[in-house]
Amino acid sequence: MRALAAFASGLLFGGGLALASMTDPNRVLAFLDVGGAWDPSLLFVLGSAVTVTAIAFRKVLRRDRPLLADRFLLPGATAVDGRLVTGTALFGVGWGLAGYCPGSAIATIGMSSWETWIFLPAMLLGMMVHTGASLLSAREHTPPHGTGSSELG
Amino acid sequence: MIGAAAALLLLCNGRIAGASHIVSGLLEGPRGDAAWRVYFVAGTILGAFVFSSLTGTVHTDRPDFPAGLLTAGGLLVGFGASLGSGCTSGHGVCGLGRLSPRSAVATAIFLATAIATTFTVRHVFGVA
Repeated sequence: MRALAAFASGLLFGGGLALASMTDPNRVLAFLDVGGAWDPSLLFVLGSAVTVTAIAFRKVLRRDRPLLADRFLLPGATAVDGRLVTGTALFGVGWGLAGYCPGSAIATIGMSSWETWIFLPAMLLGMMVHTGASLLSAREHTPPHGTGSSELG
Repeated sequence: MIGAAAALLLLCNGRIAGASHIVSGLLEGPRGDAAWRVYFVAGTILGAFVFSSLTGTVHTDRPDFPAGLLTAGGLLVGFGASLGSGCTSGHGVCGLGRLSPRSAVATAIFLATAIATTFTVRHVFGVA
């Protein structure tokens, strides 16, 4: 059942990204290009998605537990630290260079674009480089302990 | 639909629908919770495929777009999302939806650097 729910959520997510043209790097870069022919439509995409989550999350989180799991697994981190600032700044540079973010890159697998097959492996490599580096430094500096679950996605 | 997808995942599975974390969780190997991530990714691919098939939306390829920009962009997006604990869907859609100040800062930063990057690439270097 949990797999089915994840699959249904993925279907909505991928369909929504495609409907919103988030999967089209031309549209994404036109949105980011405030110095050119600026296309603000993705601002409404983000705005309406956040409106839905803001209302729905509030209702959902009033429950004691999810429908199909024991508890809600929410990011616990609240601090604005160097990792967050550096990481999201680099993320933005990459998004502005290529026009894809992780969700849209996955969705474009279903839309047959040659660009996916360059961007996606590079993205996975970038993730592995960071994960590998933090595993190494964790092994050197601290005893094996939870690395925390501050990741959001 | 993007918001509804995130709400559905939280309601049923108690999980945050952050694309980069769902993918990076897969890279870290099976930890007992890999299955739902695979199903979410499969759903995302199929959802985009079904939409583009039904509506006849063709992916607008950029035949002349430099592969170097795609590679550099991919590396930075992957590394940055992993270091910064989130991407457009995690911080932008879910984090803002939870009214998280941390995610609000993250979203403001990646929007700012993305806009600055696109400006530099297009208007300073005249590429793409």
